[in-house]
This record gives sequence, C-alpha cells and structure tokens, in this order.
Amino acid sequence: MSDRRGLGTVLLRVFRYRNGDGAPRYDEFRVPVGPRTTVLDALLGVRRRQDPTLTLRHSCLHASCGTCGMRVNGQEVLACVTRLDGLGDRVVVEPLAGAPVVGDLVVDMEGFYGRLEPSGRPLLRASELADLERFEDCIECGLCLSACPVVATDPHYLGPAALAAAGRLLEEPRGADREAVLGWVDDAHGAWRCHAAFECSEVCPAGVDPAGAIMRLRRRLLRDRLSRLAGLHDREARP
Amino acid sequence: MTGKGLRAAGGRHPSRWLDPRGRHLGTWAFVLNRLTGLGLVAYLYLHLIVLSTLLRGPDAWDGLVAVFRRPVFLALDVLLVLGLAVHGLNGLRVALVGSGLLVDRHKALLVAAGILVGLVGLVAAVRTFV
Repeated sequence: MSDRRGLGTVLLRVFRYRNGDGAPRYDEFRVPVGPRTTVLDALLGVRRRQDPTLTLRHSCLHASCGTCGMRVNGQEVLACVTRLDGLGDRVVVEPLAGAPVVGDLVVDMEGFYGRLEPSGRPLLRASELADLERFEDCIECGLCLSACPVVATDPHYLGPAALAAAGRLLEEPRGADREAVLGWVDDAHGAWRCHAAFECSEVCPAGVDPAGAIMRLRRRLLRDRLSRLAGLHDREARP
Repeated sequence: MTGKGLRAAGGRHPSRWLDPRGRHLGTWAFVLNRLTGLGLVAYLYLHLIVLSTLLRGPDAWDGLVAVFRRPVFLALDVLLVLGLAVHGLNGLRVALVGSGLLVDRHKALLVAAGILVGLVGLVAAVRTFV
C-alpha cells in the first residue's frame, strides 16, 4: 500500500496503556514509510497527525541518550535508529519489558537506575580510554534488562547493566572499595543469577557486552572462593 | 497493577520465555534447558511410578513391558535421550561459560553442543528402530 506521495505505508500496532486503564490495548495506525524513516519518526508522525495522546520518550535522535528504547516486533531497539523499511507490513511496537509502564511506550526506569546506582556509574575521561572502553559506551537505555530472560522471573536480579558496571569498577576502581563491590554482586540475585543466555549482549545498541562482563566477574568470584577454600589467601589479600 | 502503572508490559512470568519474537540462540538454549529439566524431573517420578509395578508381580511387569515396546513409546525413549543430551551438553556449556571459561567462544560451544545432540539423537533413533 502507498500514500498520496507515493511512499509505501506500514501498519503500526502500538501498545497503549494509561494509568487507570483497566487493561492495555493495541491501537493501529497506518504510517508512510520512506527508505530512511525510523520507528521514532513514524511514532512522532502518529502523534502529530493521528493521535496527540500517544506517549513516548525520546531525546537525542542519534542513539546517544538511550531514552527511546522499546520493543519493535518483540526485539529491544532504540527507535531513533531503527528503520521501519524491511520490518514488514505490520509492525508491533511495545514498551520495554520487565519495568512498570507509566504510559503507552514509557516505562518507569527508577528500578533500572536504582540497580545501577551502587556502582557509582564508573566513568573514565576520554584521554584514559584503553581496554576498558566498552562499558564507557553504556547509554543506560535498559534494553538489556528488557531482553534478559532471568529478569522475566526474578524482580530482585541486579541485571546486566549493573553487573557490567560492577565488573568495570573492579577492573579500574578509582578509589572504590573493591570488597564492597564484590559483596554487592556476590549474591544469589547478583552475578550468580545470570544463566548465560547472552541476550543482553545481543540487544545492546552500544556493544557493551554485559554478559561477557558478568562472566568475567564470576570467574573472579570463583577464583576468590577457590583460593579461600584452599586457604591460599582471604578476600582482603586480593590485589 | 500498581500505583505506578501497569506492572510490566511483558509481565514477570515464565511465559515470557516462550515469546519467540526478537530472541537469539542463547535464549532458546536457556528455554530448552528449563523445558528439558522440567521434563526430566517429570520422567523421574513417572519412572518410579512405573517401577512400582514390580510390586504387583512378574505378570503385571511383563504386560507393561509389552506396552512400552510399541513404536510410540520407543519414540518417546528417543525423545528422552534427546532431552538428556540437550540438558547435559548445554548444561556443560553453561557451567564452562558461567565459570568464566571460553566466554568468547560461547556461540561456538552452543553450535558444538547442537551438533552433538543431533548425533546422539541419530544414534539413539538408529539403535531403537533399525
């Protein structure tokens, strides 16, 4: 199908929910699609021309701020850099999973930031980037938390972003208390809860590889436990 | 629902594991491990119940064995071997990667486990039916 300008069109099936609604529903909007039209372009077009009440969040428009994370055809993406062309004639748009929905496509990120907070959000100056640079790219979009199958059933799980931040902190602590960090993640709902599905690394739009960081964290925790079992040294003696 | 809105769009429920949209190989391995784990636990109890037939004497047991030699039950035997292979081999991959070993090779390990599961299934099917 094409619109008056000869552009192709796509049927967007958009998740709708407003606080106080009995249950969520899906509304359908037909939108024009050019070769460079992104999901965010289309949603903003819906808001301008079809339904001004559609609620969504966005900011930078170039995958830098991480605010427009959502699920498109079930896949966690940043809407601002996801082109509609090629996604099919009918595209389902839903908010991130595993977080409370505030309205339509907006989720409450408080739980995500709360999990991340104990890490102190370790950052490096650009001049100091070396092998540690991957976590520096985390844009705190929350896609990893939405994609993780463990988060689907364990609301207390720290989640990929927080654990990757902890791993990053151990690699370059900048005065942080390593023991406190290890105590934070050495928990049934911490590093040990991950089941190596690697879905977080698959959907991360910044190439952070949280799953790899979690596995390195576990290797460190395991080495530490084995050393203590063998009586080689205690946690305090670890470099 | 909560005061802050809908609890979560996808919900916090194992049914989310079975939503195939947008998921990659690692999640399917995760789901398979859970399903085969549940299946194997169910089989264990079923097996104990079947064994209890021995208490009713040789005739009762022989009758049951005759039923289990039917093709449909033999096919279930092959499925059982496949389930064991999936759970065991993928479990080994998860244990290795989860201990921080061969992390960069996790996809290759998954493919290798898949190939081995296929071979085990093939051998089990040939030995059962041929």
